[in-house]
Amino acid sequence: MTADHSAHVTRDAHGDAHPVEHAHPDWGTYKWVALVLTIITIVEVYVYYTGLKDTRLFVPILLILSAAKFAIVVMFYMHLKYDAKIFRGLFIGPLIVAMTVLISLLFLFGHIAIHAS
Amino acid sequence: MATTVAAPRAAGPKHKYESGIWSWLATTDHKRIGQLYLYTALAWFLVGGIEAFIIRLQLYGPNGRIVSAETYNQLFTMHGTTMIFMAIMPLSAAFFNFLVPLQIGARDVAFPRLNAFSYWVFLAGSIFMNVSWLFHAAPDGGWFAYAPLNTRVYSPGLNMDFWVIGLQILGLSSLAAGFNFITTIINMRAPGMHFMRMPVFTWATFVTQFLIVLSFPFITVAVTFLLFDRFFGTNFYEIAAGADPLLWQHLFWLFGHPEVYILILPAFGLVSEVLPTFSRKPLFGYPVMVYSLILIAFLGFGVWAHHMFAVGMGPIADSIFGITTMLIAIPTGVKIFNWLGTMWGGSLRFTTPMLFAIGLVSLFTIGGISGVMHSSPPSDLQQTDSYFVVAHFHYVLFGGSMMGLFAGIYYYFPKITGRLMSETLGKWHFWLTFIGMNLTFFPMHFAGLDGMPRRIWQYDANQGWDVDNHISTIGAAILVVATLIFVINLVRSRRSGARAGNDPWGAPTIEWSIPSPPPAYNYATIPTVRSRYPMWDMKAPELTASVPHSPAGEKEVTVKVGGATAGHIETPADTQLNAENAHPSAHELGIVMPTPTIKPLLATLGLCVSFFGLIWHRHVPIIILGGVIFVAALYAWLLTPLEPEH
Amino acid sequence: MATAALAEAHDEHHYTSTGLPHTKIAIWAFIGSECFFFASLIATYLIYKGRSVVGPFPHTPWVDPATGQHFKPILNIPVTSASTFVLLMSSLAMVLAHSAVVRGDRKWSKIWLASTALLGATFLGFQAYEFTSFVHEGLKITTNLFGSTFFTLTGFHGAHVTAGVLWLVTMLFIDFKRGLGPRDAINVDVMALYWHFVDVVWIAIFTLVYLIQ
Ligand SMILES: [Cu+2]
Repeated sequence: MTADHSAHVTRDAHGDAHPVEHAHPDWGTYKWVALVLTIITIVEVYVYYTGLKDTRLFVPILLILSAAKFAIVVMFYMHLKYDAKIFRGLFIGPLIVAMTVLISLLFLFGHIAIHAS
Repeated sequence: MATTVAAPRAAGPKHKYESGIWSWLATTDHKRIGQLYLYTALAWFLVGGIEAFIIRLQLYGPNGRIVSAETYNQLFTMHGTTMIFMAIMPLSAAFFNFLVPLQIGARDVAFPRLNAFSYWVFLAGSIFMNVSWLFHAAPDGGWFAYAPLNTRVYSPGLNMDFWVIGLQILGLSSLAAGFNFITTIINMRAPGMHFMRMPVFTWATFVTQFLIVLSFPFITVAVTFLLFDRFFGTNFYEIAAGADPLLWQHLFWLFGHPEVYILILPAFGLVSEVLPTFSRKPLFGYPVMVYSLILIAFLGFGVWAHHMFAVGMGPIADSIFGITTMLIAIPTGVKIFNWLGTMWGGSLRFTTPMLFAIGLVSLFTIGGISGVMHSSPPSDLQQTDSYFVVAHFHYVLFGGSMMGLFAGIYYYFPKITGRLMSETLGKWHFWLTFIGMNLTFFPMHFAGLDGMPRRIWQYDANQGWDVDNHISTIGAAILVVATLIFVINLVRSRRSGARAGNDPWGAPTIEWSIPSPPPAYNYATIPTVRSRYPMWDMKAPELTASVPHSPAGEKEVTVKVGGATAGHIETPADTQLNAENAHPSAHELGIVMPTPTIKPLLATLGLCVSFFGLIWHRHVPIIILGGVIFVAALYAWLLTPLEPEH
Repeated sequence: MATAALAEAHDEHHYTSTGLPHTKIAIWAFIGSECFFFASLIATYLIYKGRSVVGPFPHTPWVDPATGQHFKPILNIPVTSASTFVLLMSSLAMVLAHSAVVRGDRKWSKIWLASTALLGATFLGFQAYEFTSFVHEGLKITTNLFGSTFFTLTGFHGAHVTAGVLWLVTMLFIDFKRGLGPRDAINVDVMALYWHFVDVVWIAIFTLVYLIQ
């Protein structure tokens, strides 16, 4: 959002047109991204089949791993890391609200609760 | 995509899509689609009004006998559904369509054919929902259709089938339009039209579209579950299978509360255009106005469960939702004070649009205050499901949304049609509406606090509700008269109203720089904008001294209309007064406009066939046939270029 | 000022305020909306988790008290892990297809587009296998809350994959017909964003539905 002060005059005079570089990562990056995603998936399945399953760490570990995968795909494959800022706003804003709603619903239906220890 | 500007083309033989009925069926012009929305929505407003009036007649005295209990259920369900989804939302959509490209200095929306599709889908959905009347099977579960009453066991008839499918169709229309307008506003602003220079109506539209695309998924999912339950025997709302009836309520109100802002924000936007013009003052606190819009939308996602205090969510949830609800009153109150600040010290002109705008400010405030009253769970428990709530949301939706939309209709009618509406009839309309509205809904506060429940077909005498209901029905009769006057005014002014010229009101924003009605291409040259109020920069620079400008010393908008620059005309540009179509065509100016096409309508027809098959004994071949038509039309549409090859 | 004049002379007609294509803004707005759609479906699955009155259940065996019939835990982690891997690889193929189109490399754009579509179809094949074997094991969409929420959530995801495969095949068809070049890069980019988003949703589903018990 541009406020109307002099700092933006140049931009104003340029008619607000400032095409953004569509920088995309290349094969060099993609192969590493694919490798990391594969390894995380293997770790996830591995965690599922080990004794970790019955510990309190099981769920947090899986959530962190899948969040990492999620973020990697969005940042590199969907090149949000390199793309115009407006796309970040369009995606991350709604994503945060949606996640918050999801978590609140789980609270409201008593699936998760904060216990005083 | 070719990137050169086409050379002027010779005007060839007229295509069949350029005149008559085809020109409407195949239109991709946002102004025409806006008008289609306007007149369709007004028609449904009349239908919803008739439903309301029958309800009021039934409730005039104790033990009314005008309609049966079954019909009564259908009437109040369809009244709510019609007014929300087929009257107020599409009336707002009429202004999104007509105004947004004009206000941001664009020639059309980002996806003109998708825009036509949105309208046709809306039309199909609204007709589908109302066809149910012919089968004596109009939806009868209330506009929020609580589970499990909406399931096959408790609503075995076609009634709720119509509702489920109809709502799904209407949702599709709003979603498609939402993506379209988000893209349009982000990407089609004229040079210099920064976000913080956009007219507040465009801002309200922008925020509303986000509310639509982010809240409609909830209702889509909730209704899909219901559809599956009703048609395929799933268990989403099946209590015996362990389902929780609150799932529907949560999903519904996760949509339902943002929906309230979807209904009111566009009206706020319209009023924010009307008040500065007739106060001859820039809008007071423009940035605050914008931020409060955003804040309302954001907080709007965190208050949904205030509709559910009565279900017993526990003290923590009740407190949180009570507090967030009280919080949201702050940005809303800020807007009220900004409007008052705009009028304060201005040279006010009490035209009809101005009266309706002031009507919104005053009546919405009453609805807002009663809203804050039931943000507190203990007092909500006294008010919920009583006529107090009915009074509250009618002050918000009639006193707020409809007043704002009427203000918008009177204000923009000259731009839409080139003719002014009658001020005499307009003032009759306003005062009768204002009096009738208060007579109808104010007594409902008392009836509600005296214990009259909502959605009852009859009530016994001597419970202290008789007088309140008498007055309400008399008020409703006055509203009927007022609405008739409005319709007469609309029809007569469209035919023979006084010619408006470009800028009949002395308004500040760029849509008033072009002829009324605007040519197909809107702006012959895309304008360059240097401040929030380009027209005042030109005609009354003393008014905009306090508004930030680009310091280039160029305090004018460079708008070219048909070769002549309108930017330097000193008086209200009345060049078009007696020559409605004097401006050159897009062909002559070499402006490439989207080709008219029937394909969005065909795609809609495919959808209709499918939904018809679904409700008609779940006839699978018909469903598939409709799907095939839809996909074929979609392919034909997507694989043809938007504009003529050049 | 010079730039503005240039921009205008260059292309007044296809001018956009941000310099970004319309379709890309629209697809991101759509993806934002889809976050809410899938969040609602996932929330419903999680809310109803463990509330089914009768089996079969996702992770635990169940004996029908009426018939004494035994039901295995329904979810098949090895098969789903394989299909998850397939979908991840399709995302890799998709980005490679996009770079081939940007380069104007007609041979590799076809190969990678076809691979993406094929991997997507393979994922759908896994899902078809999964669904039919679940039905054989006694879980239908009407059986219990688990069946209703599971089939609806994964079914809608599958429908998104199907739409993506159709989109890919259409693009491939255009590639064969007239060849995709740099000027089509934006269309492929938009398709890729949709495809990756569908992949991302699966990443969430795989953990929340399949792995966590
Ligand atoms: Cu609410």
